[in-house]
Amino acid sequence: MTLVKTDQLQNYLDAFNTFGVRTERQPAWFRVMRERAFARFCEVGFPTAKDEDWRFTNVTSIAQTPFVLARHAHASGAAYADSLKPFRIPGAACQLVFLNGRFAPVLSDFAGLPKGSQVGSLAQALAENHKTVEAHLGRYVNIERDAFCALNTAFTEDGAYVYLPRRTVLEAPICLQFISLPGDDPEMTHPRNLIVAEDESEANVVEDYISLGSGICFSNAVTELVAGESAIISHYMIEREDSQAFNISTLRTQQGRSANVSSHSVLLGGGLVRNNVHPVLAGEGGECLINGLFIGNGNQHMDNYMLVEHASPHCSSRQFYNGILDGHSHGVFQGRIIVHKDAQKTDAKQTNRNLLLSDDAQIDTKPQLEIYADDVKCTHGATIGQVEENALFYLRSRGIDEGSARRLLLLAFASECLERMKCGQVREYLQNIVQGWLPESSRSAGTKAASAGGVERQWEEVG
Amino acid sequence: MSLLEIKNLHASVNNHEILKGVDLAVNAGEVHSIMGPNGSGKSTLAQVLARRETYQVTEGQVLLNGKDLLVMKPEEAACEGLFMAFQYPVEIPGISNAYFLRAALNAIRKYRGLEELDAMDFLPLLKEKMRLLEMDERFLSRPVNEGFSGGEKKRNEIVQMAVLEPKMAILDETDSGLDIDALKIVAKGVEAMRSPERAILLVTHYQRLLNYIVPDYVHVLVNGKIVKSGGAELALELEEKGYGWTEPAAVTASR
Repeated sequence: MTLVKTDQLQNYLDAFNTFGVRTERQPAWFRVMRERAFARFCEVGFPTAKDEDWRFTNVTSIAQTPFVLARHAHASGAAYADSLKPFRIPGAACQLVFLNGRFAPVLSDFAGLPKGSQVGSLAQALAENHKTVEAHLGRYVNIERDAFCALNTAFTEDGAYVYLPRRTVLEAPICLQFISLPGDDPEMTHPRNLIVAEDESEANVVEDYISLGSGICFSNAVTELVAGESAIISHYMIEREDSQAFNISTLRTQQGRSANVSSHSVLLGGGLVRNNVHPVLAGEGGECLINGLFIGNGNQHMDNYMLVEHASPHCSSRQFYNGILDGHSHGVFQGRIIVHKDAQKTDAKQTNRNLLLSDDAQIDTKPQLEIYADDVKCTHGATIGQVEENALFYLRSRGIDEGSARRLLLLAFASECLERMKCGQVREYLQNIVQGWLPESSRSAGTKAASAGGVERQWEEVG
Repeated sequence: MSLLEIKNLHASVNNHEILKGVDLAVNAGEVHSIMGPNGSGKSTLAQVLARRETYQVTEGQVLLNGKDLLVMKPEEAACEGLFMAFQYPVEIPGISNAYFLRAALNAIRKYRGLEELDAMDFLPLLKEKMRLLEMDERFLSRPVNEGFSGGEKKRNEIVQMAVLEPKMAILDETDSGLDIDALKIVAKGVEAMRSPERAILLVTHYQRLLNYIVPDYVHVLVNGKIVKSGGAELALELEEKGYGWTEPAAVTASR
């Protein structure tokens, strides 16, 4: 792996040295963790194309940009209240707003939280040295393997801390908004979130990445989600930043016995986006759903990487990703499934479906199954196609004009993902905003498609 | 003026000529049937009229209500009053029958300068037509044709026809693959659509449907041309004798 260029490494060294001022309230054990992570990052640098996990995504543009730590926003942040109104999800239990990675209490509200739950700033939780934080923070992501996680850990300043005691049932979503305020210099933030859901708790957590203004910024977020026995947790990630934004995010979940965790990701904005979802089914009988939608246009690059680890018997996992790509956009789907030796009776399924709307749109879809147990069921499949011509004609033959018919079909395709979201407030909110992100393209993708029969090529392997 | 006038229509697909000079005139209030052996061009004719772009019209003219149909896009033809019931209706996951039909009806209403219907006004209308075609109300919220049996798909086509109230309805082999019970229900639905302002064109291979929807005129399409026309009794003759006896007429006709 190529090391970070010397001038940029100095940049990170400088940032790390000045960082101490921002992290004075952190406990010693965490400062040690950060230092180790930074050392590791300096050792390995950013991944290159030689790294199998990054084969389709070139992060040179991140590696070469001299990002500085994002400046703290105006003291109160109240100035942004109006701009943020359209981004609120109606019916939320609570709303935490982070401006350039830092918690903004003035813009946040906690009205709908049940007693006993703790939802707030991670910086605050660290300063108060909660036992739960020490028990879980940094215990799951692998900083040795993952340079971006190492970098995030090194520069952890703030993020959300969500703690749900045993049997807490909260239907209304907990919304976390990460607002980038681009400045004159390219800035970086490393939001770090910790969600601990004790046994039998149920909740929905939304992470929403938004830009106010245009400019180069880099958000490198890590979320560790620990689900206790029989907990039912849904996590939603929405990326709708500006087209100059770099957004890397990692969701690492640890599931206990019979826990049921769903991860839903909706990638709409951003210039270079990479979303990693890494669930570990550590307890027997666990279930996980990884459900994703990505809509790319212009020069966007959206890489969806997931690594599901079946570490225990009788667990089931499902991966469903739908991609719509137009313009010169490039989508990637990397679905890895590892079934450990003792994970008998594993039931894993993976499906990636993609619509290419232009001749220059591109998709790389790569399933990867590593199976070490001998009594398992694993299937995977991928399709790449254009908007179904027969369906399009059918709609038009009933009077619906071509543009509207295409939109209807794209919306139907996108809705396949949205339909899997159980939290009504989030699903309905997304149904509205996704419509606005659908490509307007009203022409079909070139003659190549027409001569090939126009419709989907399909291949499926059962292993 | 005829509702539908086809003059010397020639059409090809992949440079292979299928329609070789079709002539036909259909007036409002009439029910016509086009019969013919497999490969004669029946479905091609239906698809060309519905404006499927995969077929190239090389010669001829088609007027719908006096307007040039061949320059119209599929959605324009539909708004001008044309409807085709497909032989193989496609499934559209993710779009419900109710949503789809309301969008279609409103597109046509808008074209005609009428107010669009909201869901509240539309549903009773749709339910009424579904009852006529004995379709379960549950189909309202199901995606278009998804999981429907062959018979249900064909009945769904007629439900759509009943809701959209076309002037010129073309039924492309609506009877193929149907058992007798489904056939009777479909026929009931189509018969209910008979009206002095409307014309119906039944494209069919089998005579069976015509026992229930008795046509005013029967035309025989062989090798891309209409070789014989007659009344309803012609269908019975074809049933008895097959299509072969019309061939000499075909040979002389396709000079």
